[in-house]
Amino acid sequence: MYQLLYILLLFVVGYTIGTITEKRHYANIRKREQATIKLPVLTTKQIPLFKSVEQSQLVTGNVAVSMDYFKRIVMALKSFFGGRLVLYETLVDRGRREAILRMKEQAPWADMIVNLRLETSAIGGQGARSKKSKVRSIEMFAYGTAIKFQKEGS
Amino acid sequence: MIITNIETVPDKKIITHYGIVTGSTVRAKHVGRDIMAGLKNIVGGELKGYTELLQEARNEALERMIEQAKSMGANAVVNVRFATSSVTQGASELFAYGTAVAIE
Repeated sequence: MYQLLYILLLFVVGYTIGTITEKRHYANIRKREQATIKLPVLTTKQIPLFKSVEQSQLVTGNVAVSMDYFKRIVMALKSFFGGRLVLYETLVDRGRREAILRMKEQAPWADMIVNLRLETSAIGGQGARSKKSKVRSIEMFAYGTAIKFQKEGS
Repeated sequence: MIITNIETVPDKKIITHYGIVTGSTVRAKHVGRDIMAGLKNIVGGELKGYTELLQEARNEALERMIEQAKSMGANAVVNVRFATSSVTQGASELFAYGTAVAIE
């Protein structure tokens, strides 16, 4: 009985706090994406402008995110039937956008970031595949080369 | 030391290639962080401890790669790639590799 209550409590706490933090995080991401909209990020290696480059530097950004208890249980049920896992989609989306934003914020001086690469890795508490694994999370990592152009006329 | 992950350093001419340089580090998280992360796992969201840990580890791998490049006499590393692998339970390896070059 206690255990059931405990699970229910985790379920409710996970749902409320998880939903609130997700909403806040999305609002935050949108705001910061607006703020850094002037800094384009490309996945190509070539720089598409005929301008001379003054400075180039590697920039990185990473974030480790995890799911809340509510989502984890719903996911466990859902993965039984298969199909789209929307709850998981928002998690990866959040993580990836956050990683890209952190990378951008590392280079406020840049005019452009080229050759963006994204990497995802699962990090588990006691080894990702173990059943004892308590902590299950994913890490998003973004890296690219920040480019600063020479000012015209100089 | 200029580090890029494209094939060249833009607008600079590469004089010499020194070949591959690598740097790696294997890290395990400590218990305190794991407990915090366990709590955080109930409500979801970012695991700051893990983020920092991985960032530090990756910087160290990069630093080791740069050291190697310096000892070769290079002044830039181009085409840098990162790789992550979990070698054993609870530990992961962060690996950085690139090509050491000398530019003008």
